[in-house]
Amino acid sequence: MGAEKRAPAFRPAAAGALKDPELRANFRRAMDGLMARRAALFADPAEWRDLRALGASIRQRTLARLPALLERLESKCAGNGIRVRWAETTEEANALVLEILRARGATRVVKGKSMVSEEMHLNDFLEKHGIESLESDLGEYIIQLDGETPSHIIMPAIHKNRRQIASLFGRKIREAKYTEDVDELTGIARRVLRRKFFEAEAGISGVNFAVAETGTLCLVENEGNGRMSTHVPPVHIALMGIEKVVERLEDVPPLYSLLTRSATGQAITTYFNMITGPRGAGEKDGPAEVHLIILDNGRSRISSDAELSATLRCIRCGACMNHCPVYTRVGGHAYQSTYPGPIGKILTPQTEGVGRRHDLVHASSLCGACAEACPVGIPIAELLVRLRREAAHKSQGSSVLGAGEGRSRWESLAWALWKAAHRSPALYRLVGFAATRFSRILPSGLPILSAWTGESGQAQGLPPELLKTTRRLREAPRPARRTLHELVEEIGVDDA
Amino acid sequence: MSGIRLLQREGLRVVFPRGQTCCAQPAYNCGYHDEARAVARAQIALFRKPHPIVVPSGSCAGMMKRHYPALFEGDPFREEAEAFAARVFELTQFLSDVLEVKWTDRGEKVRVTWHPSCHSLREMGIDEEPKKLLAQLANVEVAPLARERECCGFGGTFAVREPEISAAMVEDKASDVVSTGAPLLLSGDGGCLLNIGGRLAARGERVRAQHIAQFLWERTNGR
Repeated sequence: MGAEKRAPAFRPAAAGALKDPELRANFRRAMDGLMARRAALFADPAEWRDLRALGASIRQRTLARLPALLERLESKCAGNGIRVRWAETTEEANALVLEILRARGATRVVKGKSMVSEEMHLNDFLEKHGIESLESDLGEYIIQLDGETPSHIIMPAIHKNRRQIASLFGRKIREAKYTEDVDELTGIARRVLRRKFFEAEAGISGVNFAVAETGTLCLVENEGNGRMSTHVPPVHIALMGIEKVVERLEDVPPLYSLLTRSATGQAITTYFNMITGPRGAGEKDGPAEVHLIILDNGRSRISSDAELSATLRCIRCGACMNHCPVYTRVGGHAYQSTYPGPIGKILTPQTEGVGRRHDLVHASSLCGACAEACPVGIPIAELLVRLRREAAHKSQGSSVLGAGEGRSRWESLAWALWKAAHRSPALYRLVGFAATRFSRILPSGLPILSAWTGESGQAQGLPPELLKTTRRLREAPRPARRTLHELVEEIGVDDA
Repeated sequence: MSGIRLLQREGLRVVFPRGQTCCAQPAYNCGYHDEARAVARAQIALFRKPHPIVVPSGSCAGMMKRHYPALFEGDPFREEAEAFAARVFELTQFLSDVLEVKWTDRGEKVRVTWHPSCHSLREMGIDEEPKKLLAQLANVEVAPLARERECCGFGGTFAVREPEISAAMVEDKASDVVSTGAPLLLSGDGGCLLNIGGRLAARGERVRAQHIAQFLWERTNGR
């Protein structure tokens, strides 16, 4: 690794996104639709509670036995003719993919949707090595055309509306005539992709669940591109993170149901693929070779912490982003992280360093809407608080990457003063007395106060329409004339 | 104060330990847990008698009920923190579920809207309790917010660390409040009221933000 790149910063990116009304409208509309569809499919609270508890327990049971289950998966896959390779880092995973492709002389690849491949920046890597890697999921295809990264883990092009996609297709696809009709747009992409499926020498996909008991790779999708990518080309390479394993085949149906209902509000997806090896003797279709690359990329470090390992329960449904009031307003790109939204706020700081990405752990009001919607009960808000602690303190025995590297001397001093004022009743009363009597003469330029009112420099990043008609963002708080302690004294409430 | 009066009127003897300061949520949420523990310990020590602890703010109640035990994990003080947490009630929850109050409305006809705080809703599990209390008031019409369960953007230090997003959130909440047509916004959490009320005032709206306890007291006491 070279010199540390400068850490990305969420706040300026988010402030930029807030000033784009079209982007905000696209997200708001899409997230509202997704929330409504999900709610309709979990209409029975008791069923939701039970299914979610089952999902959480399956995932937690798996994570508790991760190394053993991965070994079992490897041997079962090998028995099915799937060649399994391990990668500790994304660089290793990329090198493994390249090695397989080179050995077959493959220069054209089609890809099904895979967030692990986004983690690896696989397309860029393959392009650099002279291999065309084409995304075949419609959303991924759209953003690849525009040179973008996914803004949502399930709907990667959700930041674009129909007109933006129409104009993109008009510009980038030569044979396409301009249209804003959704079916026609889909038809254009379909014609391009059909040809590519048959030309490709290899297909790459992700994995939703890998069953240790049977050595089966499960792939959930709606467009059929996953099936085409994994069955038509002669070589199939599947990519998965180590946490994607489940113990038994019977663990799959509840997780699948939680996934589709939470993600897109579907009772079931159009396609559910179960891949159990390459084409057998006498079979008419399927690839000649199936490879499975299992990536760690910081996950085993996360799994070693009893509390934080809940991060790895995630089944990548995206419900946390759909329900997040922050994500809804700034979209996925502001996070500058492969995984945006609430799950990204807990996962990325753990894989990239909690000091380097402490911007993400603080980018939350801790409202808890994410955890409420999470189908496997990840306590996201609580993990954010834990990671805030890790960012500011290097505690003994902590396995968190970059612990203590997000500490600010000013903030530590502020909390030390806060503690002193709130631990001593006498000092607290003095501060309260001062606040009620003298706060009106505080200068409005105080940083905390100006962030609150939107006055002075702090206001620069605010969406312009907010301050166009009003001078301040919020009126400054006006403390009561007397403290509560004084008032209760007056009406004679008992002390103890 | 209104919270104390509401409890006293039901015949309860209210005790207000004068040494109390803060539940320690700000430091806890920011990851400064040693500081939070020191302050939390001082609060717990003041409430040793086995009385229920009634808190007129959902997020403070959530801090004490949900996070105090976790804060003292592996500490000999944990047992005491847990016993304390078990006695914590949010005010509307206590009035509705424990005291089962029965009230008569003494006020004029009025339309109000209700904003539940995120922590009251999701940490304390309180949703229907305040609505049940308001439903007892014959002359009060509750006009629901379109996005009732969405955060107002306060989030303690979040409002200061991420002022742009917080601003966008409170702007939407303020617009939601205004579009109900109610002249009064009620909530059970000081932070939300400060935030939404502050934005409503800056916009020059006619809507006032008020704590539900004060509203309930005024309505049922005839001022």
